[in-house]
Amino acid sequence: MSQYGSMGYSEKVMDHFRNPRNVGELPDADAVGTAGNPVCGDLMTIFLKIKKDIIEDIKFMTFGCGAAIASSSMATELIKGRSLDEASNLSKQAIADSLDGLPPIKMHCSVLATEAIEAALKEYYSKHPKK
Amino acid sequence: MDKNHQINFDYTASYPLDPTVLESMLPYFSERYGNPSSLYAPGSIARTAFSESQKKVGDLINAESPEREIFFTSGATESNNLAMKGFAFRNKRKGNHIIISSIEHISVINIVKYLQRNDFKVSYVPVDKFGIINLSKLKESITDETILTSIMYANNELGTIQPINEIGKILHKNNIVFHVDGTVAAGKIPIDVVKDNINILTLSSNDIYGPKGVGGLYVKLGTIIEPILQGGGQQRGLRSGSENIPGIVGFGKAAELARKRMTTDSKRISMLRDTLIKGILNEIEDSYLHGHPKKSLPDIALLRIFGIEGEAIVTELDEKGICISTGSACAAKTLSPSHVLEAIGLNEIQRHGALQFSLARQNNKKDIDLLLTLLPNIVNRLREISPVWKYKDRFLEMYTSAEEEEHLEDDEFKQF
Repeated sequence: MSQYGSMGYSEKVMDHFRNPRNVGELPDADAVGTAGNPVCGDLMTIFLKIKKDIIEDIKFMTFGCGAAIASSSMATELIKGRSLDEASNLSKQAIADSLDGLPPIKMHCSVLATEAIEAALKEYYSKHPKK
Repeated sequence: MDKNHQINFDYTASYPLDPTVLESMLPYFSERYGNPSSLYAPGSIARTAFSESQKKVGDLINAESPEREIFFTSGATESNNLAMKGFAFRNKRKGNHIIISSIEHISVINIVKYLQRNDFKVSYVPVDKFGIINLSKLKESITDETILTSIMYANNELGTIQPINEIGKILHKNNIVFHVDGTVAAGKIPIDVVKDNINILTLSSNDIYGPKGVGGLYVKLGTIIEPILQGGGQQRGLRSGSENIPGIVGFGKAAELARKRMTTDSKRISMLRDTLIKGILNEIEDSYLHGHPKKSLPDIALLRIFGIEGEAIVTELDEKGICISTGSACAAKTLSPSHVLEAIGLNEIQRHGALQFSLARQNNKKDIDLLLTLLPNIVNRLREISPVWKYKDRFLEMYTSAEEEEHLEDDEFKQF
């Protein structure tokens, strides 16, 4: 725990908050998914570049608290280079565990990431139906 | 704060005890520990300390008869409870309608909800974009059943000061008891309960650098309320429980010091506050000041930054040893947005970017300079990640409140 760990955030969460991975957009994305609601205080958009059902490249943008940004970053790390099936199976618990846990009140931030992935995959499959 | 947190901009959450206040309290813990209700000499010493504190607190607000009008509680929340429930239940036969503003402290909001469950009717008077109560709407909400109105002297989130004197006149004319929550205003700006026709006033010890767990309640002679705690009938039957003499002594001392220092403190702190506001408004694009630019407490400012979420800023500053607060829901334990920000017309997205600053004697120019060095970079970094900032036109379109446009034209902001 950092000496300023009073936010209840693990060192991993703070790392992904300070240095989020895969921030940005993909103008030629194969799939884009958005989740959350600025009304609740979080909004995440995820961009996927897909080749042979593998996530070749991934980027995200998030409006949200420290946990939301960290969860988004970790989620993209977890599914980059993975198959679409593996991506769709990514659970909020897996994201939280990879971050060494999230405060209970912040678990909804990890749901944000799984919903954005789900939305992106839904868009992808609507254009490229599964065989 | 601990040594890792060098700078605090959130004093309304908790003030440090003034060293002189601490010193004044010490003898009453282990030497002069008598109970004021006791007949023997140590009891008399405690009684003297009690009435001296009553006088000091009374002097801060111009109470005419402090020994009969100043009561001590466990804090401003209990004072609000005693004031409103104590008055409402005692005077129910005269009417059952209560008026409050839409930006009262959450304790008052919840107290009236409780009173509503107990057959009272409540009206909420709206405020303008600065948080100033609408006096016409206040007059309109008065009925034959109205017995009590509660309006805070100044708002703890916005800093905006209400037109208390005008409100007092209106209520006095209509024979309605006027309760004022003076928690954040007392000791910062002069309060005169006589001039302003205030019947009941809530005070907080900690907010004037006194000990926590102590509050005050001024009840004007002739205004009758009943107790909410049953017990031994201490404090003229109004507040049972053996008195917290060390705390009460500290509160008295704090009140005495606040009275002496008010003018110089306010001047110095408001200059710091103005530097902070100017700095943020000038350095950060799409940043706004809420709360009235002129009719405001010298130490509070609510600033809003578009496109990022407040808690993320709190987290970044916390890492650097700086404490601030946000009106943002994500930081609140309950995830529910500030009713004050909602009442002044901010939409949900806007509320998320709120940063609340409350300064104190401990702050100095170095604090402000450091914050102004760090904050723009923090905001820029978070904006780079934010789709709301990147596509702000889309979001402003979806969520903009009409107030936003007017706000920018206001002449009163020219000083910034």
